[in-house]
Amino acid sequence: MRKSDTARWSKWVGGALALFAGVALSGLSGQPAAAQAKQLTLCWAAWDPANALVELGKDFTKETSIEMKYEFVPWTSYADRFLNELNSHGKLCDLIIGDSQWIGGAAENHWYVKLNDFFAKEHITMDDFVPATVLGYAEWPKNSPNYWALPAMADAVGWTYRKDWFARPELQAEFKKKYGRDLAPPKTYEELKQIAEFFQGREIDGKKVYGAYIFTERGSEGITMGVTNVLYNYGFDYENPKKPYQMQGFVNSPDAVKGLEFYKALYKCCTAPGMTNAYMQEGLDAFKSGQVAMQMNWFAFFPGLYKDPNVGGDKIGFFVNPAGPNGHFTQLGGQGISVVATSDHQDDALRYIKWFAQQKVQQKWWEIGGYSALKAVVDAPGFPKSAPFAPQFLESMGIVKDFWAEPSYAQLLLDMQKRVHDYVVADKGTAQQALDSLVKDWTKVFKEQGKTVASE
Amino acid sequence: MTAIIHPDASVDRIGGQTSSRGARRGRGLSDRGIAWLFVTPTIALLLAINIFPLIWMIRLSFTSLNLSMSYLPLRFVGLDNYADILSDEDLWVRMQTTAQFVISTVVLEMFIGFGLALLINRQFRSHSFWTTIILLPMMLSPAVVGNFWTLLFQPQIGPFNYLISLFTGIPPSSFSMTGEVALAPWTIVLVDTWMWAPYVMLICLAGLRSIPDYIYEAAEVDRASSWRQFWSITLPMALPFLMLAVLFRAIENFKMFDMVNLLTSGGPGSTTELVSITLKRAAFEKWRTGYSSALAIILFVTVFGAANIYVKALNRVKQR
Repeated sequence: MRKSDTARWSKWVGGALALFAGVALSGLSGQPAAAQAKQLTLCWAAWDPANALVELGKDFTKETSIEMKYEFVPWTSYADRFLNELNSHGKLCDLIIGDSQWIGGAAENHWYVKLNDFFAKEHITMDDFVPATVLGYAEWPKNSPNYWALPAMADAVGWTYRKDWFARPELQAEFKKKYGRDLAPPKTYEELKQIAEFFQGREIDGKKVYGAYIFTERGSEGITMGVTNVLYNYGFDYENPKKPYQMQGFVNSPDAVKGLEFYKALYKCCTAPGMTNAYMQEGLDAFKSGQVAMQMNWFAFFPGLYKDPNVGGDKIGFFVNPAGPNGHFTQLGGQGISVVATSDHQDDALRYIKWFAQQKVQQKWWEIGGYSALKAVVDAPGFPKSAPFAPQFLESMGIVKDFWAEPSYAQLLLDMQKRVHDYVVADKGTAQQALDSLVKDWTKVFKEQGKTVASE
Repeated sequence: MTAIIHPDASVDRIGGQTSSRGARRGRGLSDRGIAWLFVTPTIALLLAINIFPLIWMIRLSFTSLNLSMSYLPLRFVGLDNYADILSDEDLWVRMQTTAQFVISTVVLEMFIGFGLALLINRQFRSHSFWTTIILLPMMLSPAVVGNFWTLLFQPQIGPFNYLISLFTGIPPSSFSMTGEVALAPWTIVLVDTWMWAPYVMLICLAGLRSIPDYIYEAAEVDRASSWRQFWSITLPMALPFLMLAVLFRAIENFKMFDMVNLLTSGGPGSTTELVSITLKRAAFEKWRTGYSSALAIILFVTVFGAANIYVKALNRVKQR
């Protein structure tokens, strides 16, 4: 290239840069006009209740003229995405409906705004909410009056079953002959396994069906959220109630080992083929396609299932997580709503929480597909009859237990995912070895966190 | 090229009527200036997104940093993270799993890729069409491949099990390719081979087409058999290309993440958990930043060291 060409080139480059700068500047100068409208971004998981929340949020916009923008992420990447956002002090979310187990980390790392002063000022009291949701979604440290969230979406693990199949006289008769009792929703896990075995491989309406659907997902939290429903009821405890962080003999107690063995037996005997890495969506698919007689899943999905044209309505029934030999509990789900500490719109975000806490809003929230945790809604006389799954939901919220909510919960969760999946799905080692290894993993995590862990 | 012409010399060529400084001022930037203008953003980007993070990561690997507990004081832990990793039995199992995956896929892809290249090189009718068809899998995104193979392997509705059932008589829903300990490792090998053997074919085809015809003609004159021609001409002359393909595929598969994560999530249990999945979980799910930085450094050194040794071997083959 000759020098004159070079000079021409540099003029072109200069011109292009000037054009780029001009366009960028004109863009900037246009921004204030667009920024005049107030807007809040709310972050949550992408699932049925999120659609209900969008519907509910329209009322907030109508009342306050604050536009609501939503950032919904599928469950499998929900924790990754938003914990990354919070860790990096991002400004994507003004409000976040964070998982119950995040509360410890969010409080200790100051990702959430502490809400005590705001609650006091606005006369919002946690006594108005279901105690399990306050403990699970709002408090850190647990059992202390330090609030970081408002209970937003109450949830727990429950079960659906094919009411129409259970009601068939020929199946009723056959079941009674075999087990000496009616074919009815199970009260205990032993009963559940018998029913699952009864349906496993049976042909109904020309189609092969399977006994039960249970959580087995490996990557995020699935198998842990499934197995704990059995473990709690067989006698598993996270720690010595009298000596925090002492796990030896509680996590791996003989009863806990039996519980884990039972979950594996249920997985082996009575699930559909290929359910080796299955969580909420796979359960919904299995149930909606008429493949399983009973399905473990979160209550949050039950309104949608009840409306399903193929398996909803009269065909579907609901029951509470069955009891075990040593107790009756179920896994807590659900989330609280928090204000993100890095948000530039904290006042508006708090305004949203104030609005959301109102009884009329909470009532509508329940009516359109969300699960309110407000006592005035769930303790109202008409509540049990307001939806076919409402009585089971109420009962479940009284018996919930949650996973660790420590700042290190992610490590604790992934350790459990690995140990349980290795044993239940991959047939690696024994239940005792799996739980012993889990105690070792968790001990290491807590020691890294600076906690004193007693071994005996 | 413009960049190697000295500015003053070009000014002289223009006529030498003005000084070089005057020419620069009057006509814009010098060649060197233009060169820097183009190169500087790249260098800045490289420093910002490669070099600086690497140095920062090395620093972090000696600390106890855990992002989910960033309120804890940052401690310098020396080589503790490295010691932890190297003494972790589980991690050695993950390394073995990764090595098995890399070796199996590379061997299969070489055989199939080279075989396909030999076939396509015969220039039969419609060979261009078949080349395009064969290359299709490698044009897909690994995420797409992971998702649709997951469906194909579905024991109840997936056609793969039905196909196996057709030939073997085993009931289709009696086995799960992604869910059984004995099958899952071979499943990820199968899918990776399906996707990347065409890539190896492409490299080998370039190698085969670079062999001059006169060598084969001379061999024909010497009445060398096809087998002899293959062993004495085709294979040795295509070997550098094959070795290059081995290098590319081995490095790629050592850091394989997306496709395996979608197919099996590392399961059942930890059966197909490659070391890249372990690293991702440690870094972005457990948030053990110090530990995962050390693991990343170890993996980097391993790949870098192995690749260097291999490249030296490749150069020796080329010289021969």
